[in-house]
Amino acid sequence: MAGKILEIKNLRKSFGQDLVLADLSLTLPEHSVKVLIGASGSGKSTLLRCVNLLEAIDDGEIFLDGEDISAYGIDPDVVRSSIGSVFQSFNLFPHLSVLENITLAPRHVHGKSKMAATNEAMELLARFGLAEKADQYPDLLSGGQQQRVAILRAVINRPKVLLLDEVTSALDPILIAEVLSLISELKTAGMTMMIATHEMGFARQVADELLFLHNGRICEVGDPAILLESPKTPELQDFLAALRGAGRL
Amino acid sequence: MSYQPSPLRLQREEARRLASRRSTWLALLSTVVVGVILILVVTGSPGFARVRETFFSAHYAWKALPQVLSGLWLNLRVMLIAEIFVLIFGLLIALARTTKSPVLLPVRLLAAAYTDIFRGLPLLLVLLLVGLGIPGLQISWLPNSAVLLGTVSLVLTYSAYVAEVIRAGIEAVNPAQRMAARALGFTQTQTQRFVILPQALRKVTPPLLNDLVSLQKDSGLISVLGAIDAIRAAGIQTAQSFNFTPYLVAGALFVALTIPLTRFTDWLTRRQDRARQQQGQW
Repeated sequence: MAGKILEIKNLRKSFGQDLVLADLSLTLPEHSVKVLIGASGSGKSTLLRCVNLLEAIDDGEIFLDGEDISAYGIDPDVVRSSIGSVFQSFNLFPHLSVLENITLAPRHVHGKSKMAATNEAMELLARFGLAEKADQYPDLLSGGQQQRVAILRAVINRPKVLLLDEVTSALDPILIAEVLSLISELKTAGMTMMIATHEMGFARQVADELLFLHNGRICEVGDPAILLESPKTPELQDFLAALRGAGRL
Repeated sequence: MSYQPSPLRLQREEARRLASRRSTWLALLSTVVVGVILILVVTGSPGFARVRETFFSAHYAWKALPQVLSGLWLNLRVMLIAEIFVLIFGLLIALARTTKSPVLLPVRLLAAAYTDIFRGLPLLLVLLLVGLGIPGLQISWLPNSAVLLGTVSLVLTYSAYVAEVIRAGIEAVNPAQRMAARALGFTQTQTQRFVILPQALRKVTPPLLNDLVSLQKDSGLISVLGAIDAIRAAGIQTAQSFNFTPYLVAGALFVALTIPLTRFTDWLTRRQDRARQQQGQW
């Protein structure tokens, strides 16, 4: 039985008067993939940002691999170095080449030698068909390539969990496919992931469990096929109907 | 299948060629007209003969050149040393102003006060206050050399300008860059050093060089403290002959010194504009 990588207990977060996460709890077992779906503003992104401590939480607890990372006195830099985060807007460092982007954290956060970091990065780039881009600057890459580099930049640090926040929202369908196939390969390799997405086809394919968020609560949970075929709650039924109407399902 | 340009294309290219030839001729013509008018107005003025003798005398220019050149050597050294210190202090002050640490609040306040004061104070005033005020204190271990105090004044004034330019660059870096770096586990300091500053400095290189050009020419102001720089040397020659040509010689030499830097700045700005245009970032 694999251990719990992430355990969230009664997480509460509001921005001013806005309650964004309302006493939300979930556990993420090792090597599992949970996919968060829900309308914009349902709290998906905020949940991910709370987990990597980019947002301060109001109440509740977050455990990463058994350690309470929401405790007072925890060094957020150390926590973040063991969590991988990828965002909608790739945020590659434009002044650094692809290789330098990927090796910066291994060298300066994880104390690897330049040689070791470079070897590891080249291996990773080769594995995902990006080896010939190693010396290029992000500007010259397609959006799909940039996002794949951004994912590898997080993966090289061997994070305990990888958080992907709508990583395909800024891409066209062909580029989306590139990025999604990379994520599927990571799943096969056993990466523990929490993914927020609007791509239902992908969610169904990659999720061990689907979580539907509505107004900061987990409204419905379950096997992706079952959840998408026969939603129980009216909220999820409405959400899926809206997606179908927009031609996104 | 080999490509045959259509008659339409040839027609368009011909029209474009004609238009471009026409603009070349127009530019040439207007330059000649303006040049001729300027020459006629200046040379036709009633005092032209005297002005030419007092400001453009080849004889006095030649005579003053060695002294002015040796004065310029002093300017050159002052410029270079001031530029190095200005860049260091400017960077430190900019960093001090952009820190968020509560412990450093006094540093932040001091840095803000410093830039406010020294950007507002005329350089001439700073020179007089530092150059005459510090020796006036008669503290034996403080330096009283005009060159040294002049350089200190330049550094004080220009560090404030350069700090503001660098700070603008730091603030122009997309906040998502900082977030991405922090998400990878970089500390504040590492984020600043590896991610923010390299991008910020790249963004502000043209205005930064512009400030350095300005610093170079203002190095001539240390002459008010009595340092024998190019302007002072020219002044001494002028006082002997009542001919102002030496000032013009000094001026020409200053321009010659700054032109490489201004050209380089222009070239860099154009290159950055082109890069931005290619990425469609307007």
